[in-house]
Amino acid sequence: MEMTITQKILADHAGLKEVHPGQLINARVDIALGNDITAPIAIEQFKKTGAKSVFDKEKVVMIPDHFTPNKDIKSAEQCKILREFSMDQELTHYYEVGQAGIEHALLPEKGIVLPGDLVIGADSHTCTYGALGAFSTGVGSTDLAAAMSTGELWLKVPETIKLIYKGHLRPWVSGKDLILYTIGRIGVDGALYKAMEFTGEVIDQLPMSGRFTMANMAIEAGAKNGVFIPDSATEEYIRAKAKRGYRFYKSDAQAQYSEILEFDVSKIEPQVAFPHLPSNTRGISEVGEVSIDQAVIGSCTNGRLDDLRDAARVLRGHKISANIRLIIIPATPYIYRQAMKEGLFDIFLDAGGVVSPPTCGPCLGGFMGVLAKGERSISTTNRNFVGRMGHAESEVYLSNPAIAAASAILGRIGSPEELT
Amino acid sequence: MKCRGRVWKFGQNIDTDVIIPARYLNVSDPDELARHCMEDENVRFVKDVKKGDIIVAETNFGCGSSREHAPIAIKAKGICCVIAKSFARIFYRNAFNMGLAIMESGKAVDGIQDGHEIEVDLEKGEIKNITTGGSYKANPIPSFMRKIIDDGGLIKHIAKGRS
Repeated sequence: MEMTITQKILADHAGLKEVHPGQLINARVDIALGNDITAPIAIEQFKKTGAKSVFDKEKVVMIPDHFTPNKDIKSAEQCKILREFSMDQELTHYYEVGQAGIEHALLPEKGIVLPGDLVIGADSHTCTYGALGAFSTGVGSTDLAAAMSTGELWLKVPETIKLIYKGHLRPWVSGKDLILYTIGRIGVDGALYKAMEFTGEVIDQLPMSGRFTMANMAIEAGAKNGVFIPDSATEEYIRAKAKRGYRFYKSDAQAQYSEILEFDVSKIEPQVAFPHLPSNTRGISEVGEVSIDQAVIGSCTNGRLDDLRDAARVLRGHKISANIRLIIIPATPYIYRQAMKEGLFDIFLDAGGVVSPPTCGPCLGGFMGVLAKGERSISTTNRNFVGRMGHAESEVYLSNPAIAAASAILGRIGSPEELT
Repeated sequence: MKCRGRVWKFGQNIDTDVIIPARYLNVSDPDELARHCMEDENVRFVKDVKKGDIIVAETNFGCGSSREHAPIAIKAKGICCVIAKSFARIFYRNAFNMGLAIMESGKAVDGIQDGHEIEVDLEKGEIKNITTGGSYKANPIPSFMRKIIDDGGLIKHIAKGRS
């Protein structure tokens, strides 16, 4: 039977020769991931399963990243629960503040997730690892507890939507713009329950950072997972990082898709998602006059080195607009230090911005850049629902790092092309 | 199991940030989460929900985050079940896993408005609008998920398998 990459990974992890969409399977999990806000519930549930220890100390990963460094007393207590459980269970992959980073940037960087893996995580953006050619999906705390206990999870095999990107990228257009454009076209439930398979000549040329960005936002279209077919770029990325075996899967030529969508990227300009849905997108030339109070550059979506370099390229030699806050958040300690070495921090600080330690912080309205009533932020994050970054009457506009940086300089949403 | 109560009607794409804002995710106590359920969306809901009331919503209910705090907050608030045209997939799994009854029925959602009194039979998947007299049938729950519900949730299902 001809299968998609998603079907193949699921079949192998269920010990089956083949699987078809709609089929329920019990799958072996390679990595089970939790963080400081989802793990406390998972740990409590885990204890109720009757298991005394996790199924495999190498495969249960706990990362304190959402409200860290500890945002307040309650968050400190949650981090303590995470820490003590990880120590007690002797987990190989628990990282303390100082070594920890935003989970979906940290795990690929450390070679913890690899091509061909089946990954589940108690965080909706777990779909990020599909960029490596893994099957990776977000679940709730109880599902995580089940996987921690048994090393398995029940899953329903999804149909796949094939997305083909052709043409040539315009200046300043990146993975973020491609995924925002796509979500704008299909809607926040346009891929509900389905796998999104990203392909085409543009994808073949897209750097890993852009692939992580696109896979990261598959959930914003309602998808179960987003996936890229691994290639030489993938190999180059993981070669030095992998400390265990991995497998490259690919979709069969005659695999069945529920839909095939083609995009000519030559027509796509940098995108901005207006409040209050990631699908409420517009091209940068159609934005009009939208003043901002804050710009955030970071997150599991766009907090990688390439993203910071893009922002620095725009900010170099400029100062941000008066009364704007620019908050830059390198996603991992390695990215933080490397950005510093490359002189990017001087550019950010000279422009008037601040650099935060790795954290999810403002993305979900936690801390490190929360919005007051009536305030607006442009942000390289992934969601802009009501109240996402603070007050219920604040607004979040989503974009790529270059647009966010240009907007900080202009004091309104705009493009690097408008800068002198 | 049956539900009977007042309907709280919501629109489409009711996301997890609205169900339980992230600023409250530094706690996991159900009653504390319940206090803040939907507080940025509907202040009347926050004040006036009675145990046994029902949420009815358009498409893509529960979209956004995987936070289990969302169905926990709804259940602890006293909501007996959620009826929607469609559910976001992580919320769908979470609701079953922790015992919040959910049902899918496009026709029921169209025929039920805010403030109506309805009765729901979860076993049979039947919904009756007491206020208008209308009655509807929901999409059947997959039998595998029925097993999880019958066992009392995913964790009990696993504990049972272990013993």
